[in-house]
Amino acid sequence: MNLIVAILSGAVVYAVSVLYAGIGETFTERSGVMNLGVEGIMLMGAMSGCVTAFHTRNLALAMLIVILTGAVLGLIFAFLTVTLQSDQTVCGMAMLILGTGLSGFLGEDIASKPINLKFTKIPLPVLSEIPIIGDILFNQNLLVYIMYLLLPLATFYIYKTRWGLKLRALGENPAVLDAAGENVFAMRYGYIVFGTTMMAISGAFVSLAQTNVWQEGMTAGKGWIAFALVAFSSWNPATLALGALLFGFISNLGSNLQIYLPGVPTEIFSAMPYVATIVVLIISTGNFRKKHTAEPAALAKAYDRESR
Amino acid sequence: MSAMNKFRFEKREKQSALRTLIITAVSVLLALVCCGILIFSVGSKPLKVYETMLTQVFLSPTGIKNMLRSSLPLMFCGLGVALTFKMNLNNIGAEGQYAAGVIAGGAFVLFGPDIEGVPGMIITALCCFLGGAIWALICAIPKAYWGVNESITTLMMNYIALMILAYLCLGPWKMPRQNTGMTERIPRSMDIPEIMIGDIQISVGVFIGIIVAALIYCAYKYTTGGYQLTVISKSPKSAQYAGISIKKNILMVMSLSGGLAGLAGFMQYAGVAHRIVENMPNNAGYTAIVIAYLSRLNPFTVVVVSILFGGLQNSTAYVQSLGVPSQIATMMQGVIMIFVIAGDFFQRYRLVIAKEGKA
Repeated sequence: MNLIVAILSGAVVYAVSVLYAGIGETFTERSGVMNLGVEGIMLMGAMSGCVTAFHTRNLALAMLIVILTGAVLGLIFAFLTVTLQSDQTVCGMAMLILGTGLSGFLGEDIASKPINLKFTKIPLPVLSEIPIIGDILFNQNLLVYIMYLLLPLATFYIYKTRWGLKLRALGENPAVLDAAGENVFAMRYGYIVFGTTMMAISGAFVSLAQTNVWQEGMTAGKGWIAFALVAFSSWNPATLALGALLFGFISNLGSNLQIYLPGVPTEIFSAMPYVATIVVLIISTGNFRKKHTAEPAALAKAYDRESR
Repeated sequence: MSAMNKFRFEKREKQSALRTLIITAVSVLLALVCCGILIFSVGSKPLKVYETMLTQVFLSPTGIKNMLRSSLPLMFCGLGVALTFKMNLNNIGAEGQYAAGVIAGGAFVLFGPDIEGVPGMIITALCCFLGGAIWALICAIPKAYWGVNESITTLMMNYIALMILAYLCLGPWKMPRQNTGMTERIPRSMDIPEIMIGDIQISVGVFIGIIVAALIYCAYKYTTGGYQLTVISKSPKSAQYAGISIKKNILMVMSLSGGLAGLAGFMQYAGVAHRIVENMPNNAGYTAIVIAYLSRLNPFTVVVVSILFGGLQNSTAYVQSLGVPSQIATMMQGVIMIFVIAGDFFQRYRLVIAKEGKA
């Protein structure tokens, strides 16, 4: 029983670590912009959070810096893709390389040093007393609880509000919104910056909640898993959460079973999330069965008024 | 809005090679200024760092020799990545294809029949090529037949290949009585030879790279297959109407690209490291993305830019003594790429200053 609780509560933590980035990317892609640089931005978030926490011993300030880092990177990306209308794939890869390099460069001082300041587990009163479920869901850190609130809010925003309707229109046909007098460029800027901020928080979750140390490239593909999950979830935050949990389960199953299967190389367990991503991606986005996907029609296309 | 209309951007009708060169050079210079600020912000002297790079790495005979060596894997990965980008395929899996190539080549060298010298070299190179090509095909097939996003699959395959490589180097393939993950040395007769030109030692691999670049260039210019690829990249719809098989071309280009990344592994194995080490690709596959983009996918430019980037990578070791973090090369690559992308705007558009009232 303890093993199951360990696997499932680990799955929740893993899921949240990719969910912030996943929700950010969902909103960005819904607005018609594809940000391939999730991994790089997560690394910048992870690094900036750790550096601030290490030097100031102040977790709140660290999160503020993380959010600012995400926002600045978002502005750069938005400037390149929205204002200059550069190719979004190329810009995404540039963000990936910039984030990987710059985080390693600026974080080298504190690399592998213990931070000793992290988001600790806070058992919620009453709720954490529920057998099994309490331990899995309600004995987590603050960022996990915020995610519990954020998920329904994000879903509600996209599907039930006026702003959500505009967001969906933005990704499907920006020209219509432009004709209706909405500022397409400003909206895209906003959603890109929101997205990168969430990605940076995801990174900080990895370095300040899941672990408590900064290491170069420590997100190890989580940004890509988040990116893949967005397509898998058909751009729906609720489905995204299920996908993230599934990945969390697969990844924790490996690390927990390792002890019981000493003969099997540990690399096999570590590789499982990556193999799972490929398999899930092929099954969920392969066009061998359905012709209709929920992909925003204007995804990855720069909006140019002149060629409307 | 009238104030806004004083300055506006107009799409350029023609592209010129000279303008591309000037704009790229200016962008890179601005990027270097920006990197200088970052270097300054971590407490080092940027001018001193640049000076050390220039004199020790780019202008000294030893520096050039090492620069050419380090450029080998970048060159082949870059040529491969540029091939796929040209077809609007995002192969960001050069890193993994490189590792897969090394694994295939290593399997032959360590466990295959005892063939040494040039024949052994050729067989090892073929094994590396095949290893990389197969690794890329695993992603190319879902892309070609079911439209599965190749950027995600190729990237995931990177992590898998690197894990297998680390497992082999630390486990079954590990050289006995060694603490670090590395295999036995490749037989000396299979080292890629180096020749002296003036007082500079140049690896034969560089010439192979130039030949491969020439082959790619000619294939694009003079063969039907190359022409088909050009049509597909310009307009997939017209290609379809013309009866060009997009599926077949995706499979072909991806496996060629993977094969070249595998060859990059061979170059490092037989030309530089002489053995397989745990983290052999060392980001070459990602650097290749920057190289391919900066070179505007032109194979000859890829060769030149890879050599410069090889130097940039080497300079890490020289400037570390000045207190600069070791990730300086990757950081600079990222900044340069961002600035060049931004600079490209001025290739597509030009600034027009309209007279008052006219706009």
